[in-house]
Amino acid sequence: MAEMTHTNRVIHVMFDDDLKLVGAAKRLVADGIQIKDVYSPFPIHGIDPIIGIKRTRLAIVSFMFGALGLSLALLGMWYFMIYDWPMNIGGKPSFSLIQNLPAFIPISFEFTVLLAAHGMVITYLIRNGTLPGMPAVNPDPRTTDDKFVIEITDQENPGASTETMGVLFKELGAIEINEKQLAKK
Amino acid sequence: MNFVFSSRAKLVSYILMIVGAIAIIAGFFVYGENHHARWWSNMMINGFYFLGIALGALFFYALHFATETAWAVMLRRVMEAVFSFIPYASVVMIIVFIGSTFHWNHIYHWMDEATTMQYVTAASEGSAHPDYFYSLEAAEKAGADVMANPSYDELIANKTMYLNKPFFWIRTLIYLATFILFGNWFRKRSLKEDEVGGTEIHMKGYKRAAVYLVIFAVFSSTLSWDWLMSIDTHWFSTLYGWYVFSGMWVSAMNIITILTLYLISKGYLKEVNSSHLQDMGKWVFALSFLWSYLWFSQFMLIWYSNIPEEVTYFIVRINEYKVPFFGMFIVNFALPMVVLMSRDAKRNPGFLIAMGTIIFIGHYMDTFMLIVPGVMEKMAFGWLEVGFLLGFMGLFINRVFSSLAKAPLEPQKSPYLEESLHHSI
Repeated sequence: MAEMTHTNRVIHVMFDDDLKLVGAAKRLVADGIQIKDVYSPFPIHGIDPIIGIKRTRLAIVSFMFGALGLSLALLGMWYFMIYDWPMNIGGKPSFSLIQNLPAFIPISFEFTVLLAAHGMVITYLIRNGTLPGMPAVNPDPRTTDDKFVIEITDQENPGASTETMGVLFKELGAIEINEKQLAKK
Repeated sequence: MNFVFSSRAKLVSYILMIVGAIAIIAGFFVYGENHHARWWSNMMINGFYFLGIALGALFFYALHFATETAWAVMLRRVMEAVFSFIPYASVVMIIVFIGSTFHWNHIYHWMDEATTMQYVTAASEGSAHPDYFYSLEAAEKAGADVMANPSYDELIANKTMYLNKPFFWIRTLIYLATFILFGNWFRKRSLKEDEVGGTEIHMKGYKRAAVYLVIFAVFSSTLSWDWLMSIDTHWFSTLYGWYVFSGMWVSAMNIITILTLYLISKGYLKEVNSSHLQDMGKWVFALSFLWSYLWFSQFMLIWYSNIPEEVTYFIVRINEYKVPFFGMFIVNFALPMVVLMSRDAKRNPGFLIAMGTIIFIGHYMDTFMLIVPGVMEKMAFGWLEVGFLLGFMGLFINRVFSSLAKAPLEPQKSPYLEESLHHSI
């Protein structure tokens, strides 16, 4: 039995409506079935907590990049304008970072935003494996158009297969069920 | 469900009002120097601060109509209650302006003929009521023997086309009447919608709100020039209107949030969920940034160019009011940024209330900084200021709560009610 339950198969249950998918996902989770992921052409509201996806930590990354940007901008301006080549800023030759701070705020702000935004996007693309040129991991190209797919693996759900669960899927409104055998690990 | 203005809340509001009334009456006699300058500027600070809160609420009300924002429908009655305070604050403003017009106070020194009239009769110069003439021709016609007016101020005199008493009063009355009329119109239609339902009232409100936004865009700028910027008559800033407006808006969103949390804690507004709270928190957070951005833009440009006509405004504030001036900027900018940045904080009533209280005081200080340095040379803050604020808070609580109690707390038949009930982000 042990070999039979871990054959490394993956089941893709396809829906043609996001609300049907949300309803089906709720039912499946209530029945104790683990959902690996959901593929959709657009973000489905409120699906994350249903299928047990943890909240993204992207905000923390963004904050860290922002803080880095702020520090780099201030360090840079201190070096260029105060230390290496002291400048007379706004007719007030104080040659101190803190007294010239108002003049430096716009650049600090812009650099903070620049690093936060770019850092966030690049981190997002790397973590998702969607940098330009990376191979797509999408199970079915139609999920980029108008179809929605729930992915279930038999690794997480021992004994799950089309034979055992096909009726349930149809009942929940699935329009297509595909089962794939992945390469043995 | 209808809100019941509990006897305890009533008692609190009356106590605040009595404390305020005692401070206001006592303050009038204790601080009589310089035509009661301190007393009158306090009257104006509080009148304008609470008027600003009410106007900000009316603005957001119109904004959520014009943009057909669904989630905020649940908070509509709270906003209506806040902007129901416009007439009361208007009365306070009018009292201050009457005082200025009749020279009971010297908040606006452009209102004094001594600064705008070029000639004065030699006989009356230096007396309590000198006879002024704006030109030599006028003096000749009257057959008066005139001399140059020593207190004539050319900069102010050149502004009399705009800054003169009749035109000032016309503008002031138009502003206040417009705000009151639109506020009443929205409130009335909102109550009627509870009975008849349908989408007709909603669509009318949508159009009316768009009109109001255009009017308010102009009036919020001009009223801040008329009422506040003209206190420092020589000085001007093109950013001023936006800056004052952003202060009003953030104070209003802050008060709406606090009121909503109060109502939830008393068991009302059960359908307001953490998503609504997060959105309100976002507004407070984002508008604190907008305010800081405009404050800083105004400050930095003037600091950088260092032109004598412009820097006077900040020199007074930095020399005499350094701690409150920079302190309120830190309080209104850095604290909301750090505290309200995370999602969890915006969903936490404790954080929102604590931050809201700080922002309330911070923007009171901002209004203080708008008015007082132009009226008085030295910083003065004591029991009079606290008493005034408490008294006006009492009045505000009393009026807003009794407005809340007059209608069901949830709009009954708004077309967007259902969407608002299921708000989830």
